Amino acid sequence: MQPMTVRRVLGVCGLLAVVLFGVVVISLRLGAYPISVRDIVLTLARGVMGHRAQIPSDDWLVIFGLRLPRIALGIIVGASLSVAGASFQALLRNPLADPYVLGVSSGAALGAILSLLWAPHGGLVMQMAAFAGAALTTTAVYFLGRRGGQLDSSTLLLAGIITASFLSAVIMFLMTTLAGRDLRGMAFWLMGDLATTPAVSMGLLFLVMGVTIGAIYTTTPDLNLILTGEDEARHLGVNVGRVKVVVYIAASLLTGLAVSVSGSIGYVGLLVPHLVRMLFGSDYRLLIPATALAGAIIIVAADMLGRTVMAPTELPVGAMTAVAGAPVFIYLLRRGMR
Amino acid sequence: MPRLEAEQAVYAYLSHDRETPVFSLGPVDLVARAGEFVALLGANASGKSTALRMLSGALRPLSGRVRLEGVEIGGLPARERAQRVAVVAQETTLMFPLRVWEYVLQGRYPYSERMHFESAEDCAAANQALQEVGASHLASRWMNRISGGERQRVILARSLAQQPTLLLLDEPTQHLDIGGKVELMRSLWRLARMHHYTVLIVTHELNLAAGFCDQVALLHRGKCLAVGTPREVYRRESLETAFEAPLQVQLTAEGMPRVLIQNYFDGDFGGIADSGVPETHSGDAAIST
Repeated sequence: MQPMTVRRVLGVCGLLAVVLFGVVVISLRLGAYPISVRDIVLTLARGVMGHRAQIPSDDWLVIFGLRLPRIALGIIVGASLSVAGASFQALLRNPLADPYVLGVSSGAALGAILSLLWAPHGGLVMQMAAFAGAALTTTAVYFLGRRGGQLDSSTLLLAGIITASFLSAVIMFLMTTLAGRDLRGMAFWLMGDLATTPAVSMGLLFLVMGVTIGAIYTTTPDLNLILTGEDEARHLGVNVGRVKVVVYIAASLLTGLAVSVSGSIGYVGLLVPHLVRMLFGSDYRLLIPATALAGAIIIVAADMLGRTVMAPTELPVGAMTAVAGAPVFIYLLRRGMR
Repeated sequence: MPRLEAEQAVYAYLSHDRETPVFSLGPVDLVARAGEFVALLGANASGKSTALRMLSGALRPLSGRVRLEGVEIGGLPARERAQRVAVVAQETTLMFPLRVWEYVLQGRYPYSERMHFESAEDCAAANQALQEVGASHLASRWMNRISGGERQRVILARSLAQQPTLLLLDEPTQHLDIGGKVELMRSLWRLARMHHYTVLIVTHELNLAAGFCDQVALLHRGKCLAVGTPREVYRRESLETAFEAPLQVQLTAEGMPRVLIQNYFDGDFGGIADSGVPETHSGDAAIST
């Protein structure tokens, strides 16, 4: 009997953090301006410790001004989507659930496309509109997904699927009828991309992500029990209703956050939790933080590949995850059948 | 003091307008002591499962009381109730792979703090629970790789890991063959007698209940027809009313009641005679349930 311990959680997360750091350093090396790994590590260390004056100005501009913000965005998006996916898989008791199954992505895309009618250049307006679309969709699906005054997993899933389908139809209608408009910004939503700098500060995004993942983490012992059955969890003392509301809101917030700044990056939220389960088990006390780190690693690595495989052309990170995600999904499916 | 006491407890499922009862249960009067093995009997839709949920504290009676060791069970905080009352699931559907020990260890949740990591004491309780059901050898196996009977024992072990005083089971023998049924009933009887649990089951198995239980309560369409020892409750008229079937009761040499089906072929059809002409039967065909 080897129960989950704090030491094991910290050990696995420490290992993944080291891998993430390595991927970040490699990704920082990529680009026209040459900079060695040693200089990258020194610059990062000095930057974190506040010794700005010791960093050459070109190195500072390239690393902190150009490359690191994109990588940081990848970390936020990867971690958010992966944790949201793992959370929805528990909430809906469905291993095929992903962050978009409840229509949040479609709501965000609709918000974005409507904003382009008034502010064709995108930017802050588009991102705020996308977030608002995600929030409204989350609220609508919440009320549709209730049964007997409580969130019901089956009803929620159906409500989400129907809402996503409806919103997708509206988006297709708009894109067809507004074909004469300049809607190039919508390609961003369709493919998912990290090239657009968020209009809000990276610090705020990290803060929101951290607090939200923290809120989900406090429910992980409850989620372990809910996965074996809601009635059984109630009999063991779990406040199932409260946990479902917290997880639903937090996971939807993470999805809305990620989608509003990067568009719909697919497969990450579905596959990363399963990959982490294969490696480290199904206990959510480890799964949530490990999934966050693994999602960050995968998105940063995918973005790095997207910038190098067909350089100087950049492939959107959403295209990279889709190309790699399908074969991985088939492999997991086959493995599960054995 | 009795461990579990239901006093004129009534419950009703209401229609959408919240005024018309769709189904009413009760009043239920039942007293169960430490070490007793009690069965709730009745036909389908007689209210057995509703009665079980009311006795577990999951449903608050609309009138009357259900007390656990003198305290109103519905008033207990959820975790405290879970430390004293274990409701054993019939089956479990796991979304993701779990080992047996991981599953049983979840029974320690009622004793956990907010961010719970199991202690040595929790592991000892889980090991003890596996031993009590004879499933220690299954600890490292995956839950989806054990048999139905083994899974039943593991599910029971998780409930025992809660270290409750009251065990409630809803039709625990439903998916088991006759050997499995007898083995499970024996296990529950041992838990009651030797470990002083109060065990309460919902079952259709009249003769198994008669053989193992100290007390039975007979329900029919939400009404409690009789409560007492099997010998007191198993009367032909009561059983025929409850199950709406022709039954008769015999006593074994040990004085234990045994329920038989009367008029198995209802006096109309029987087997095929050697001549090839269908036979008709009348009278009893004594086939045990």
